[in-house]
Amino acid sequence: MPKEKDLMAGFAAAPISLWRRAMNSLVTLAAVGAVVLVLLPLGAVFGYLIYKGIGSINWAFLTQIPKPPGEAGGGMANAIAGSVYILLIASSMGVPLGIGAGIYLSEYGRGTRFGNLIRFTADVLNGVPSIIVGIVAYGLVVLSQGHFSALAGGVALAIMMVPTITRTTEEMLLLVPQAVREAAYGLGVSRWRTALSITLRTATSGVITGVMLAFARVAGETAPLLFTAFGNQYWNWKLEQPTAALSLQIFTYAISPFDEWHRQAWAGALILIVLIVSSVGAVRLVASRGMLKGAN
Amino acid sequence: MLACGFSVLALVGLIVYELITKSSLSWHAFGWKFFFRSEWDPVNDQYGALPFVYGTIVSSILALIIAVPLAVGVAVFITEMSPRWLRGALAFTTELLAAIPSVIYGLWAIFVLVPLLRQYVQPWLAKYLGWTGMFEGPPYGIGMLAAGIILAIMVVPIISSITREVMTAVPQQQREAVLALGATRWEMIRTGVLRNARAGIMGGVILGLGRALGETMAVTMVIGNRPEIAKSLFAPGYTMASVIANEFSEATGDLYLSALVEVGLALFLVTIIVNVIAQLLVWTVTRGTPARSHA
Repeated sequence: MPKEKDLMAGFAAAPISLWRRAMNSLVTLAAVGAVVLVLLPLGAVFGYLIYKGIGSINWAFLTQIPKPPGEAGGGMANAIAGSVYILLIASSMGVPLGIGAGIYLSEYGRGTRFGNLIRFTADVLNGVPSIIVGIVAYGLVVLSQGHFSALAGGVALAIMMVPTITRTTEEMLLLVPQAVREAAYGLGVSRWRTALSITLRTATSGVITGVMLAFARVAGETAPLLFTAFGNQYWNWKLEQPTAALSLQIFTYAISPFDEWHRQAWAGALILIVLIVSSVGAVRLVASRGMLKGAN
Repeated sequence: MLACGFSVLALVGLIVYELITKSSLSWHAFGWKFFFRSEWDPVNDQYGALPFVYGTIVSSILALIIAVPLAVGVAVFITEMSPRWLRGALAFTTELLAAIPSVIYGLWAIFVLVPLLRQYVQPWLAKYLGWTGMFEGPPYGIGMLAAGIILAIMVVPIISSITREVMTAVPQQQREAVLALGATRWEMIRTGVLRNARAGIMGGVILGLGRALGETMAVTMVIGNRPEIAKSLFAPGYTMASVIANEFSEATGDLYLSALVEVGLALFLVTIIVNVIAQLLVWTVTRGTPARSHA
Protein backbone atom coordinates (compact mmCIF):
# COMPACT_ATOMS: atom_id res chain seq x y z
CA MET A 1 0.00 0.00 0.00
CA PRO A 2 1.84 3.07 -1.21
CA LYS A 3 -0.29 5.45 0.76
CA GLU A 4 0.72 4.05 4.14
CA LYS A 5 4.34 3.91 3.08
CA ASP A 6 4.24 7.64 2.31
CA LEU A 7 2.75 8.28 5.67
CA MET A 8 5.52 6.39 7.44
CA ALA A 9 8.19 8.13 5.41
CA GLY A 10 6.78 11.47 6.33
CA PHE A 11 6.72 10.50 9.98
CA ALA A 12 10.27 9.28 10.09
CA ALA A 13 11.55 12.35 8.34
CA ALA A 14 9.83 14.83 10.68
CA PRO A 15 12.74 16.76 12.14
CA ILE A 16 12.97 17.33 15.85
CA SER A 17 12.03 20.94 16.16
CA LEU A 18 14.54 23.55 17.25
CA TRP A 19 12.52 24.22 20.37
CA ARG A 20 12.64 20.61 21.51
CA ARG A 21 16.35 20.33 20.85
CA ALA A 22 17.04 23.58 22.67
CA MET A 23 14.96 22.39 25.62
CA ASN A 24 16.94 19.15 25.72
CA SER A 25 20.29 20.94 25.78
CA LEU A 26 19.02 23.41 28.34
CA VAL A 27 17.98 20.65 30.74
CA THR A 28 21.28 18.82 30.27
CA LEU A 29 23.06 22.05 31.09
CA ALA A 30 20.86 22.58 34.15
CA ALA A 31 21.60 19.07 35.43
CA VAL A 32 25.34 19.61 35.04
CA GLY A 33 24.91 22.95 36.78
CA ALA A 34 23.13 21.25 39.68
CA VAL A 35 25.99 18.77 40.08
CA VAL A 36 28.51 21.60 40.14
CA LEU A 37 26.45 23.60 42.66
CA VAL A 38 26.18 20.58 44.96
CA LEU A 39 29.85 19.68 44.73
CA LEU A 40 30.88 23.29 45.37
CA PRO A 41 30.00 23.37 49.10
CA LEU A 42 31.50 19.90 49.55
CA GLY A 43 34.77 21.09 48.09
CA ALA A 44 34.54 24.31 50.08
CA VAL A 45 33.93 22.51 53.38
CA PHE A 46 36.82 20.10 52.91
CA GLY A 47 39.06 22.77 51.48
CA TYR A 48 38.53 25.11 54.42
CA LEU A 49 38.87 22.29 56.95
CA ILE A 50 42.27 21.38 55.60
CA TYR A 51 43.37 24.97 54.96
CA LYS A 52 42.36 26.27 58.38
CA GLY A 53 42.80 23.10 60.38
CA ILE A 54 46.14 21.74 59.39
CA GLY A 55 48.11 24.74 60.61
CA SER A 56 46.63 24.46 64.09
CA ILE A 57 47.24 20.78 64.63
CA ASN A 58 50.43 20.34 66.56
CA TRP A 59 51.77 18.28 69.41
CA ALA A 60 50.31 20.57 72.06
CA PHE A 61 46.87 20.43 70.47
CA LEU A 62 46.90 16.65 70.64
CA THR A 63 48.33 16.28 74.14
CA GLN A 64 47.17 19.25 76.23
CA ILE A 65 43.87 20.24 77.77
CA PRO A 66 42.28 23.65 77.02
CA LYS A 67 43.82 26.82 78.39
CA PRO A 68 41.56 29.53 79.86
CA PRO A 69 40.11 31.92 77.25
CA GLY A 70 42.54 34.53 76.02
CA GLU A 71 45.64 32.45 76.67
CA ALA A 72 47.37 31.00 73.67
CA GLY A 73 48.14 27.32 73.35
CA GLY A 74 46.38 24.39 74.91
CA GLY A 75 44.67 21.61 73.07
CA MET A 76 41.81 19.20 72.83
CA ALA A 77 43.41 16.04 74.16
CA ASN A 78 40.71 15.57 76.78
CA ALA A 79 37.96 16.14 74.20
CA ILE A 80 39.41 13.61 71.78
CA ALA A 81 39.75 11.06 74.56
CA GLY A 82 36.29 11.99 75.86
CA SER A 83 34.72 11.37 72.47
CA VAL A 84 36.35 7.96 72.26
CA TYR A 85 35.26 7.22 75.83
CA ILE A 86 31.63 8.18 75.22
CA LEU A 87 31.61 6.20 71.96
CA LEU A 88 32.92 3.13 73.79
CA ILE A 89 30.19 3.45 76.42
CA ALA A 90 27.60 3.88 73.66
CA SER A 91 28.91 0.89 71.71
CA SER A 92 28.95 -1.39 74.74
CA MET A 93 25.19 -0.86 75.02
CA GLY A 94 24.10 -0.13 71.47
CA VAL A 95 26.03 -2.80 69.57
CA PRO A 96 24.77 -5.94 71.38
CA LEU A 97 21.24 -4.58 71.47
CA GLY A 98 21.26 -3.66 67.79
CA ILE A 99 22.80 -6.96 66.66
CA GLY A 100 20.37 -8.91 68.85
CA ALA A 101 17.39 -7.08 67.39
CA GLY A 102 18.80 -7.64 63.89
CA ILE A 103 19.14 -11.38 64.54
CA TYR A 104 15.59 -11.46 65.84
CA LEU A 105 14.29 -9.74 62.71
CA SER A 106 16.04 -12.02 60.24
CA GLU A 107 16.02 -15.38 62.09
CA TYR A 108 12.82 -15.33 64.12
CA GLY A 109 10.57 -12.50 63.07
CA ARG A 110 10.75 -12.89 59.31
CA GLY A 111 7.30 -12.25 57.86
CA THR A 112 5.59 -12.20 61.24
CA ARG A 113 3.46 -9.29 62.25
CA PHE A 114 5.58 -8.62 65.33
CA GLY A 115 8.73 -8.66 63.20
CA ASN A 116 7.24 -6.10 60.85
CA LEU A 117 6.25 -3.94 63.78
CA ILE A 118 9.80 -3.96 65.11
CA ARG A 119 11.26 -3.24 61.69
CA PHE A 120 8.89 -0.30 61.33
CA THR A 121 9.73 0.94 64.83
CA ALA A 122 13.44 0.78 64.07
CA ASP A 123 12.84 2.96 61.01
CA VAL A 124 10.83 5.38 63.11
CA LEU A 125 13.61 5.51 65.70
CA ASN A 126 16.06 6.26 62.92
CA GLY A 127 14.10 9.39 62.03
CA VAL A 128 13.86 10.80 65.55
CA PRO A 129 15.81 14.09 65.73
CA SER A 130 18.97 13.68 67.78
CA ILE A 131 18.09 16.53 70.11
CA ILE A 132 14.98 14.59 71.23
CA VAL A 133 17.16 11.61 72.08
CA GLY A 134 19.17 14.02 74.21
CA ILE A 135 16.05 15.03 76.16
CA VAL A 136 15.22 11.39 76.82
CA ALA A 137 18.72 10.53 78.01
CA TYR A 138 18.57 13.61 80.23
CA GLY A 139 15.33 12.41 81.77
CA LEU A 140 16.59 8.85 82.19
CA VAL A 141 20.12 9.33 83.46
CA VAL A 142 20.87 12.94 84.35
CA LEU A 143 17.74 13.49 86.42
CA SER A 144 18.10 10.23 88.32
CA GLN A 145 21.84 10.75 88.95
CA GLY A 146 21.49 14.41 89.72
CA HIS A 147 24.24 15.63 87.38
CA PHE A 148 25.52 15.53 83.80
CA SER A 149 27.67 12.51 83.04
CA ALA A 150 29.62 10.50 80.48
CA LEU A 151 27.12 7.69 81.02
CA ALA A 152 24.21 9.92 79.98
CA GLY A 153 26.07 10.87 76.80
CA GLY A 154 26.76 7.21 76.10
CA VAL A 155 23.10 6.28 76.59
CA ALA A 156 22.00 9.01 74.18
CA LEU A 157 24.42 7.86 71.47
CA ALA A 158 23.55 4.19 72.10
CA ILE A 159 19.88 4.93 71.41
CA MET A 160 20.94 6.48 68.11
CA MET A 161 23.13 3.53 67.14
CA VAL A 162 20.51 0.82 67.68
CA PRO A 163 18.28 1.33 64.62
CA THR A 164 21.18 1.57 62.15
CA ILE A 165 22.84 -1.57 63.50
CA THR A 166 19.54 -3.46 63.68
CA ARG A 167 18.64 -2.82 60.07
CA THR A 168 22.09 -3.53 58.58
CA THR A 169 22.50 -6.69 60.69
CA GLU A 170 19.13 -7.89 59.45
CA GLU A 171 20.03 -7.17 55.83
CA MET A 172 23.39 -8.90 56.14
CA LEU A 173 21.92 -12.00 57.80
CA LEU A 174 19.29 -12.27 55.09
CA LEU A 175 22.12 -12.61 52.55
CA VAL A 176 23.30 -15.81 54.25
CA PRO A 177 21.89 -18.71 52.18
CA GLN A 178 19.13 -20.72 53.80
CA ALA A 179 21.05 -23.92 53.08
CA VAL A 180 23.72 -22.96 55.60
CA ARG A 181 21.10 -22.82 58.36
CA GLU A 182 19.53 -26.07 57.22
CA ALA A 183 22.90 -27.79 57.35
CA ALA A 184 23.29 -26.72 60.97
CA TYR A 185 19.75 -27.81 61.87
CA GLY A 186 20.47 -31.13 60.16
CA LEU A 187 23.39 -31.69 62.51
CA GLY A 188 21.06 -31.15 65.44
CA VAL A 189 22.25 -27.66 66.33
CA SER A 190 19.60 -25.64 68.11
CA ARG A 191 18.08 -22.57 66.56
CA TRP A 192 19.71 -19.90 68.75
CA ARG A 193 23.07 -21.66 68.50
CA THR A 194 22.77 -21.68 64.70
CA ALA A 195 21.87 -18.00 64.69
CA LEU A 196 24.90 -17.06 66.80
CA SER A 197 27.64 -19.46 65.69
CA ILE A 198 26.68 -20.12 62.10
CA THR A 199 24.59 -17.35 60.57
CA LEU A 200 26.09 -14.42 62.45
CA ARG A 201 29.62 -15.71 61.92
CA THR A 202 29.07 -16.07 58.19
CA ALA A 203 27.88 -12.48 58.01
CA THR A 204 30.52 -11.05 60.37
CA SER A 205 32.14 -8.61 57.98
CA GLY A 206 28.73 -7.28 56.93
CA VAL A 207 27.63 -6.81 60.51
CA ILE A 208 30.87 -4.98 61.29
CA THR A 209 30.10 -2.70 58.35
CA GLY A 210 26.81 -1.82 59.97
CA VAL A 211 28.48 -1.12 63.29
CA MET A 212 31.05 1.11 61.64
CA LEU A 213 28.33 3.03 59.82
CA ALA A 214 26.48 3.58 63.08
CA PHE A 215 29.75 4.60 64.69
CA ALA A 216 30.47 7.15 61.96
CA ARG A 217 26.95 8.45 62.24
CA VAL A 218 27.07 9.19 65.96
CA ALA A 219 30.75 10.16 66.22
CA GLY A 220 30.03 13.72 65.15
CA GLU A 221 26.73 14.09 67.00
CA THR A 222 26.60 17.16 69.16
CA ALA A 223 22.98 17.90 69.97
CA PRO A 224 22.34 14.82 72.15
CA LEU A 225 25.51 15.51 74.17
CA LEU A 226 24.73 19.14 75.02
CA PHE A 227 22.81 18.29 78.16
CA THR A 228 24.01 14.77 78.80
CA ALA A 229 27.83 14.63 78.61
CA PHE A 230 27.78 18.44 78.89
CA GLY A 231 31.50 19.01 78.24
CA ASN A 232 34.43 19.54 80.53
CA GLN A 233 37.61 21.62 80.39
CA TYR A 234 39.59 18.95 82.23
CA TRP A 235 40.29 15.24 82.06
CA ASN A 236 37.59 12.90 83.25
CA TRP A 237 37.39 9.13 83.27
CA LYS A 238 34.52 8.75 85.71
CA LEU A 239 31.24 7.43 84.39
CA GLU A 240 29.19 9.76 86.53
CA GLN A 241 31.06 13.00 85.80
CA PRO A 242 30.60 15.49 82.93
CA THR A 243 32.93 14.69 80.06
CA ALA A 244 34.38 16.65 77.17
CA ALA A 245 33.67 15.56 73.60
CA LEU A 246 35.28 16.68 70.37
CA SER A 247 32.00 17.77 68.80
CA LEU A 248 30.95 19.74 71.89
CA GLN A 249 34.32 21.44 72.04
CA ILE A 250 34.08 22.44 68.37
CA PHE A 251 30.65 23.93 69.04
CA THR A 252 31.76 25.88 72.13
CA TYR A 253 34.86 27.18 70.41
CA ALA A 254 33.10 28.07 67.15
CA ILE A 255 30.55 30.35 68.85
CA SER A 256 33.14 31.92 71.17
CA PRO A 257 34.60 35.35 70.44
CA PHE A 258 38.27 34.28 70.60
CA ASP A 259 40.44 33.88 67.51
CA GLU A 260 42.62 31.31 69.20
CA TRP A 261 39.57 29.17 69.94
CA HIS A 262 38.31 29.54 66.38
CA ARG A 263 41.62 28.15 65.12
CA GLN A 264 41.33 25.22 67.48
CA ALA A 265 37.73 24.61 66.41
CA TRP A 266 38.94 24.16 62.82
CA ALA A 267 41.69 21.82 63.96
CA GLY A 268 39.23 19.76 66.00
CA ALA A 269 36.83 19.63 63.08
CA LEU A 270 39.59 18.37 60.81
CA ILE A 271 40.42 15.57 63.23
CA LEU A 272 36.74 14.66 63.58
CA ILE A 273 36.15 14.53 59.84
CA VAL A 274 39.28 12.43 59.27
CA LEU A 275 37.97 9.95 61.86
CA ILE A 276 34.56 9.78 60.22
CA VAL A 277 35.63 9.71 56.59
CA SER A 278 38.24 7.03 57.26
CA SER A 279 35.64 4.78 58.90
CA VAL A 280 33.17 5.36 56.05
CA GLY A 281 36.02 4.74 53.59
CA ALA A 282 36.94 1.50 55.34
CA VAL A 283 33.30 0.42 55.07
CA ARG A 284 33.32 1.20 51.34
CA LEU A 285 36.46 -0.82 50.91
CA VAL A 286 35.03 -3.84 52.70
CA ALA A 287 31.73 -3.46 50.87
CA SER A 288 33.36 -3.30 47.45
CA ARG A 289 35.20 -6.57 48.15
CA GLY A 290 31.92 -8.28 47.34
CA MET A 291 29.39 -10.13 49.50
CA LEU A 292 27.94 -6.97 50.99
CA LYS A 293 25.83 -5.48 48.29
CA GLY A 294 23.23 -3.97 50.58
CA ALA A 295 25.71 -2.30 52.89
CA ASN A 296 24.95 1.22 51.82
CA MET B 1 16.91 -12.15 70.79
CA LEU B 2 13.24 -11.53 71.33
CA ALA B 3 14.23 -9.31 74.23
CA CYS B 4 16.46 -7.27 71.93
CA GLY B 5 13.58 -6.99 69.49
CA PHE B 6 11.35 -5.81 72.27
CA SER B 7 13.97 -3.30 73.36
CA VAL B 8 13.66 -1.44 70.05
CA LEU B 9 9.95 -1.15 70.71
CA ALA B 10 10.63 -0.21 74.30
CA LEU B 11 13.02 2.58 73.27
CA VAL B 12 10.37 4.31 71.22
CA GLY B 13 7.85 3.76 74.01
CA LEU B 14 10.34 5.25 76.45
CA ILE B 15 10.84 8.32 74.29
CA VAL B 16 7.10 8.91 74.08
CA TYR B 17 6.64 8.30 77.81
CA GLU B 18 9.49 10.61 78.83
CA LEU B 19 8.32 13.41 76.55
CA ILE B 20 4.69 13.19 77.65
CA THR B 21 5.29 12.98 81.40
CA LYS B 22 7.97 15.69 81.43
CA SER B 23 5.86 18.11 79.42
CA SER B 24 2.58 17.65 81.29
CA LEU B 25 3.19 20.68 83.52
CA SER B 26 3.39 23.02 80.56
CA TRP B 27 0.50 21.24 78.84
CA HIS B 28 -1.74 21.84 81.85
CA ALA B 29 -0.67 25.45 82.12
CA PHE B 30 -1.15 26.48 78.50
CA GLY B 31 -3.03 23.74 76.60
CA TRP B 32 -3.30 24.16 72.85
CA LYS B 33 -2.68 27.87 73.19
CA PHE B 34 0.98 27.00 73.76
CA PHE B 35 1.47 26.71 70.02
CA PHE B 36 -0.30 29.99 69.17
CA ARG B 37 1.29 32.31 71.69
CA SER B 38 4.34 34.21 70.62
CA GLU B 39 5.79 35.35 73.92
CA TRP B 40 8.71 33.40 75.33
CA ASP B 41 9.50 34.95 78.67
CA PRO B 42 11.33 32.74 81.18
CA VAL B 43 11.49 35.58 83.71
CA ASN B 44 7.72 35.78 84.06
CA ASP B 45 7.17 32.08 83.28
CA GLN B 46 5.15 32.78 80.14
CA TYR B 47 5.76 30.40 77.28
CA GLY B 48 4.48 30.23 73.72
CA ALA B 49 6.04 28.24 70.94
CA LEU B 50 4.78 30.12 67.90
CA PRO B 51 8.10 31.82 66.99
CA PHE B 52 9.88 28.44 67.06
CA VAL B 53 7.20 26.70 65.04
CA TYR B 54 7.38 29.55 62.54
CA GLY B 55 11.17 29.48 62.38
CA THR B 56 11.26 25.71 61.94
CA ILE B 57 8.70 25.75 59.14
CA VAL B 58 10.17 28.72 57.27
CA SER B 59 13.77 27.51 57.44
CA SER B 60 12.78 24.00 56.33
CA ILE B 61 10.61 25.22 53.45
CA LEU B 62 13.37 27.57 52.35
CA ALA B 63 15.79 24.65 52.45
CA LEU B 64 13.49 22.52 50.31
CA ILE B 65 12.96 25.30 47.76
CA ILE B 66 16.72 25.46 47.27
CA ALA B 67 17.50 21.76 47.65
CA VAL B 68 14.80 19.99 45.64
CA PRO B 69 15.71 21.26 42.15
CA LEU B 70 19.40 20.68 42.85
CA ALA B 71 18.89 17.20 44.27
CA VAL B 72 16.61 16.10 41.43
CA GLY B 73 19.05 17.61 38.94
CA VAL B 74 21.93 15.65 40.44
CA ALA B 75 19.89 12.44 40.47
CA VAL B 76 18.83 12.94 36.84
CA PHE B 77 22.42 13.57 35.83
CA ILE B 78 23.78 10.53 37.67
CA THR B 79 21.15 8.04 36.51
CA GLU B 80 20.39 9.28 32.97
CA MET B 81 23.22 11.39 31.61
CA SER B 82 26.48 10.68 33.35
CA PRO B 83 29.12 8.57 31.62
CA ARG B 84 29.50 5.26 33.39
CA TRP B 85 32.94 5.95 34.87
CA LEU B 86 31.74 9.11 36.57
CA ARG B 87 28.60 7.58 38.05
CA GLY B 88 30.08 5.77 41.06
CA ALA B 89 32.38 8.63 41.97
CA LEU B 90 29.55 11.18 41.88
CA ALA B 91 27.25 9.00 43.93
CA PHE B 92 29.98 8.52 46.52
CA THR B 93 30.80 12.21 46.69
CA THR B 94 27.20 13.30 47.21
CA GLU B 95 26.89 10.70 49.95
CA LEU B 96 30.02 12.06 51.56
CA LEU B 97 28.05 15.29 52.05
CA ALA B 98 25.71 13.31 54.30
CA ALA B 99 28.59 12.02 56.43
CA ILE B 100 29.80 15.47 57.48
CA PRO B 101 28.58 16.16 61.03
CA SER B 102 26.14 18.98 61.60
CA VAL B 103 28.52 20.87 63.88
CA ILE B 104 31.14 21.04 61.13
CA TYR B 105 28.57 22.46 58.70
CA GLY B 106 27.80 25.01 61.40
CA LEU B 107 31.46 25.90 61.84
CA TRP B 108 31.90 26.33 58.10
CA ALA B 109 28.71 28.37 57.86
CA ILE B 110 29.79 30.78 60.61
CA PHE B 111 33.18 31.53 59.10
CA VAL B 112 32.62 31.11 55.38
CA LEU B 113 28.96 31.19 54.38
CA VAL B 114 27.80 34.00 56.67
CA PRO B 115 30.50 36.52 55.66
CA LEU B 116 29.80 35.64 52.03
CA LEU B 117 26.10 36.33 52.49
CA ARG B 118 26.73 39.54 54.38
CA GLN B 119 29.13 41.01 51.87
CA TYR B 120 27.82 39.89 48.52
CA VAL B 121 24.56 37.99 48.46
CA GLN B 122 22.37 39.96 50.83
CA PRO B 123 23.17 43.46 49.46
CA TRP B 124 22.44 42.11 45.98
CA LEU B 125 19.15 40.52 47.05
CA ALA B 126 18.13 43.66 48.91
CA LYS B 127 18.80 45.81 45.86
CA TYR B 128 16.89 43.73 43.33
CA LEU B 129 14.32 41.84 45.39
CA GLY B 130 13.98 44.16 48.37
CA TRP B 131 10.53 45.29 47.15
CA THR B 132 9.06 41.88 48.01
CA GLY B 133 9.64 42.56 51.69
CA MET B 134 11.36 39.23 52.10
CA PHE B 135 14.82 40.63 51.64
CA GLU B 136 15.01 43.81 53.62
CA GLY B 137 16.68 45.11 56.74
CA PRO B 138 20.33 45.18 57.73
CA PRO B 139 22.39 42.37 56.17
CA TYR B 140 23.76 40.64 59.28
CA GLY B 141 24.61 37.48 57.40
CA ILE B 142 23.31 35.47 60.31
CA GLY B 143 19.59 34.77 60.10
CA MET B 144 16.85 32.76 58.45
CA LEU B 145 18.47 32.86 55.00
CA ALA B 146 21.77 31.43 56.24
CA ALA B 147 19.89 28.69 58.11
CA GLY B 148 17.87 27.81 55.01
CA ILE B 149 20.98 27.58 52.83
CA ILE B 150 22.97 25.41 55.24
CA LEU B 151 19.93 23.14 55.70
CA ALA B 152 19.62 22.88 51.91
CA ILE B 153 23.22 21.72 51.64
CA MET B 154 22.52 19.12 54.32
CA VAL B 155 19.32 17.66 52.82
CA VAL B 156 20.47 17.49 49.18
CA PRO B 157 22.22 14.10 49.64
CA ILE B 158 19.13 12.52 51.23
CA ILE B 159 16.73 13.71 48.54
CA SER B 160 19.09 12.89 45.69
CA SER B 161 19.93 9.39 46.92
CA ILE B 162 16.22 8.48 47.30
CA THR B 163 15.45 10.06 43.93
CA ARG B 164 18.25 8.04 42.38
CA GLU B 165 16.89 4.88 43.97
CA VAL B 166 13.36 5.34 42.64
CA MET B 167 14.55 6.43 39.22
CA THR B 168 16.64 3.29 38.90
CA ALA B 169 13.54 1.28 39.85
CA VAL B 170 11.72 2.54 36.72
CA PRO B 171 11.96 -0.28 34.13
CA GLN B 172 14.39 0.22 31.27
CA GLN B 173 11.69 -0.65 28.69
CA GLN B 174 9.83 2.46 29.76
CA ARG B 175 12.77 4.58 28.59
CA GLU B 176 13.25 2.61 25.40
CA ALA B 177 9.58 2.88 24.54
CA VAL B 178 9.53 6.65 24.88
CA LEU B 179 12.77 7.05 22.93
CA ALA B 180 11.37 4.83 20.18
CA LEU B 181 8.50 7.25 19.80
CA GLY B 182 11.00 9.91 18.82
CA ALA B 183 11.37 11.74 22.09
CA THR B 184 14.48 13.71 22.94
CA ARG B 185 16.38 12.65 26.02
CA TRP B 186 14.73 15.28 28.18
CA GLU B 187 11.26 14.29 26.97
CA MET B 188 12.12 10.69 27.77
CA ILE B 189 13.24 11.64 31.28
CA ARG B 190 10.18 13.79 31.86
CA THR B 191 7.46 11.50 30.56
CA GLY B 192 9.12 8.10 30.94
CA VAL B 193 11.05 8.37 34.18
CA LEU B 194 10.11 11.32 36.35
CA ARG B 195 6.38 10.82 35.88
CA ASN B 196 6.62 7.20 36.98
CA ALA B 197 8.94 7.93 39.86
CA ARG B 198 7.12 10.96 41.14
CA ALA B 199 5.56 9.36 44.21
CA GLY B 200 8.97 8.11 45.27
CA ILE B 201 10.61 11.46 44.61
CA MET B 202 7.91 13.08 46.72
CA GLY B 203 8.83 10.55 49.42
CA GLY B 204 12.47 11.59 49.20
CA VAL B 205 11.51 15.26 49.47
CA ILE B 206 9.40 14.59 52.54
CA LEU B 207 12.22 12.55 54.08
CA GLY B 208 14.47 15.56 53.50
CA LEU B 209 11.84 17.72 55.17
CA GLY B 210 11.91 15.42 58.20
CA ARG B 211 15.65 15.81 58.44
CA ALA B 212 15.48 19.59 58.04
CA LEU B 213 12.82 19.97 60.73
CA GLY B 214 14.89 18.17 63.35
CA GLU B 215 18.31 19.48 62.37
CA THR B 216 19.86 21.24 65.34
CA MET B 217 23.49 22.26 65.51
CA ALA B 218 24.19 23.90 62.17
CA VAL B 219 20.93 25.86 62.38
CA THR B 220 21.55 26.94 65.97
CA MET B 221 24.94 28.30 64.98
CA VAL B 222 23.69 30.57 62.18
CA ILE B 223 20.01 31.41 62.66
CA GLY B 224 20.57 34.14 65.23
CA ASN B 225 18.49 32.59 68.03
CA ARG B 226 15.95 35.32 68.60
CA PRO B 227 12.31 34.33 69.25
CA GLU B 228 10.77 36.74 66.78
CA ILE B 229 8.52 36.41 63.80
CA ALA B 230 9.83 38.59 61.00
CA LYS B 231 8.80 38.71 57.37
CA SER B 232 12.30 39.36 56.13
CA LEU B 233 14.58 36.37 55.61
CA PHE B 234 17.51 38.54 56.69
CA ALA B 235 16.14 38.76 60.22
CA PRO B 236 17.31 36.38 62.93
CA GLY B 237 14.89 33.64 63.96
CA TYR B 238 14.74 30.57 66.16
CA THR B 239 13.73 26.96 65.61
CA MET B 240 12.19 24.32 67.85
CA ALA B 241 15.34 22.22 67.88
CA SER B 242 17.67 25.13 68.52
CA VAL B 243 15.68 26.56 71.43
CA ILE B 244 16.00 23.17 73.13
CA ALA B 245 19.72 23.04 72.34
CA ASN B 246 20.37 26.52 73.72
CA GLU B 247 18.15 26.70 76.76
CA PHE B 248 17.62 23.17 78.03
CA SER B 249 20.69 22.89 80.23
CA GLU B 250 20.09 26.33 81.68
CA ALA B 251 16.35 26.03 82.22
CA THR B 252 15.87 26.72 85.90
CA GLY B 253 12.15 26.56 86.62
CA ASP B 254 10.07 23.40 86.36
CA LEU B 255 7.61 25.09 84.03
CA TYR B 256 10.46 26.38 81.85
CA LEU B 257 11.91 22.89 81.45
CA SER B 258 8.48 21.43 80.87
CA ALA B 259 7.75 23.98 78.13
CA LEU B 260 11.00 23.03 76.39
CA VAL B 261 10.11 19.34 76.56
CA GLU B 262 6.71 20.15 75.09
CA VAL B 263 8.44 21.84 72.17
CA GLY B 264 10.43 18.61 71.84
CA LEU B 265 7.28 16.49 71.96
CA ALA B 266 5.71 18.51 69.17
CA LEU B 267 8.88 18.24 67.09
CA PHE B 268 8.99 14.48 67.73
CA LEU B 269 5.39 13.92 66.63
CA VAL B 270 5.77 16.03 63.49
CA THR B 271 8.98 14.29 62.39
CA ILE B 272 7.43 10.85 63.03
CA ILE B 273 4.39 11.67 60.90
CA VAL B 274 6.56 13.15 58.15
CA ASN B 275 8.86 10.11 58.14
CA VAL B 276 6.04 7.59 58.03
CA ILE B 277 4.44 9.36 55.05
CA ALA B 278 7.82 9.44 53.31
CA GLN B 279 8.46 5.73 53.88
CA LEU B 280 5.06 4.80 52.48
CA LEU B 281 5.62 6.92 49.37
CA VAL B 282 9.05 5.44 48.69
CA TRP B 283 7.66 1.93 49.14
CA THR B 284 4.95 2.43 46.54
CA VAL B 285 7.68 2.91 43.93
CA THR B 286 10.47 0.57 44.98
CA ARG B 287 8.33 -2.34 46.21
CA GLY B 288 7.03 -3.42 42.84
CA THR B 289 3.72 -1.60 42.89
CA PRO B 290 4.26 1.01 40.20
CA ALA B 291 2.88 4.45 40.86
CA ARG B 292 -0.20 5.03 38.79
CA SER B 293 0.42 7.48 36.01
CA HIS B 294 -2.52 9.70 35.25
CA ALA B 295 -1.52 10.21 31.63
